[in-house]
Amino acid sequence: MDLNLVHMVLFLVGIIAFAAGNAAYLVWVERKGAARIQRRTGPCEVGPAGLIQPLADGAKLMSKQIVFPDGIDKPLFMLAPMFAMIPAVMIFVTIPFGPVGFGPFADFMIVAREMNIGLLMILAFASVNVMALLLGGWSSKNKYAVISAIRGVSQGIAFEIPLVITAITIVMISGSMQLSTIVEAQAGGFWNWNWMPLQGNLFGPVSFIVFFICFLAETNRAPFDLGEAESELIAGFHTEYSSMGFGLFFMGEYANIVIGASLTTILFLGGWTSPFPEFVPVLGASSFLWFLLKIYLLIWTVVLIRWTYPRVTLWSLLNLAWKILIPFALINLLGSAVLIKILPMLGL
Amino acid sequence: MNIPISADMASIVKEGVFFGFLIVTVVGALLATCAKRMVRAVFGLVVCFIGVAGIYYFLGSPFISLMQLMIYVGAVAITIAFAIMLAEPDEDKIEAKTPPLAGPFAVVLGVAVTWALAAASLGAKWMNPAPVEKEGTITQVGEALLTNYSMVFELVSIVLLIAILGSLVVARSGRDKSC
Repeated sequence: MDLNLVHMVLFLVGIIAFAAGNAAYLVWVERKGAARIQRRTGPCEVGPAGLIQPLADGAKLMSKQIVFPDGIDKPLFMLAPMFAMIPAVMIFVTIPFGPVGFGPFADFMIVAREMNIGLLMILAFASVNVMALLLGGWSSKNKYAVISAIRGVSQGIAFEIPLVITAITIVMISGSMQLSTIVEAQAGGFWNWNWMPLQGNLFGPVSFIVFFICFLAETNRAPFDLGEAESELIAGFHTEYSSMGFGLFFMGEYANIVIGASLTTILFLGGWTSPFPEFVPVLGASSFLWFLLKIYLLIWTVVLIRWTYPRVTLWSLLNLAWKILIPFALINLLGSAVLIKILPMLGL
Repeated sequence: MNIPISADMASIVKEGVFFGFLIVTVVGALLATCAKRMVRAVFGLVVCFIGVAGIYYFLGSPFISLMQLMIYVGAVAITIAFAIMLAEPDEDKIEAKTPPLAGPFAVVLGVAVTWALAAASLGAKWMNPAPVEKEGTITQVGEALLTNYSMVFELVSIVLLIAILGSLVVARSGRDKSC
């Protein structure tokens, strides 16, 4: 058993730092984006352009008292935030960020532990996330929190189905569940990426749109943030949480957004491969910088969507999942399977 | 960056993690059976499932381990918890009445089962299993399901279809058309 302790510890620290740093600065991006759209300035007092605001917020969260309201189920109340954060960290273990791409370590893959069923691992741990919401909402002994938990669970279960079906479509096309193999199958330019309807993959755009909508819904982002609809449910399942209990839920949410964006990038947007490797040789043909660029562009899209679209109602949300996305995903799966079998027969 | 780690240390870490999963499984199972609040019992079940998933991983099948996590934790346990939350919002005062002889009977039965299992496991000749090839586990599962066990596979899908249809029938009758 080859156990490289330094490698593991470095990646563990790196993953947690990456998740926490992203959570802190994505909040800043979110607030700046919201401010831009609503013609405000957003955070601007602490540091240049409010850049130190996230650190101040973090210090505030960590130094606050944890309040346990009367009547809560205390053990579950304390465990729920951990259930929000641990699966996210576990998922980062298997996400490959791509090779360095330049310098002396150009071929070094930035990944803690690549698995040959990496996609399955991500989906499995992502499905545990609903449990945190459920436990948190239930143990708070708060009506708003319970309503939010029930909403969150029905939403999570409904959107997980089309998400997984679409992921299976991509697995069929690439013939592998290993994330780096899926990315390498898309190398060579943006016309090879899975969401383009070229290269025989006619249903690519449908898959991409279904997957992206499910990703928004699974991470409880607006316009699907029924679980924490501020105007109806105060703050939803984390109404009663204070200090780092709330902080962990928040970090978990932003970590999930980063995971969703990474997964969308890997499955549909060519991962760490360059969109035009031959014409414009910027950053090399494959580099983790491309990967980061793509996921942050996706996250920015998610922020824009949050601040421009109004929240849907619960019924239209569930109808969207059960009546539109699941049939579309199933037809998409069948169509892709038929295409994969028929096109080689026709010699294409 | 390579720090050589002796085989001893690696096996200690490995066994530690394995026994950790065993303890998690047993603690989860105890929590699931002893907890007085239903939601805590479901939580114990979740912990137990996670432990079992870890044991599957050690048995050389990460695929089944992850499916265990995805299906049992991500779907089954959540559905159970959901049902409990909808059905029993306040369960503080439920005291189950037990027949007078239930306690002693349970003790006798428990001792008997423990003795039988211990006798069976201590008396058996344990052989080292043939090394399982770790690569291609999904391939093996898939091939087995679609060749040797295709009949079972089809029957299971029919059972699932009937379950879906049944739940649709049950759900349809109690719903008004307003929403």
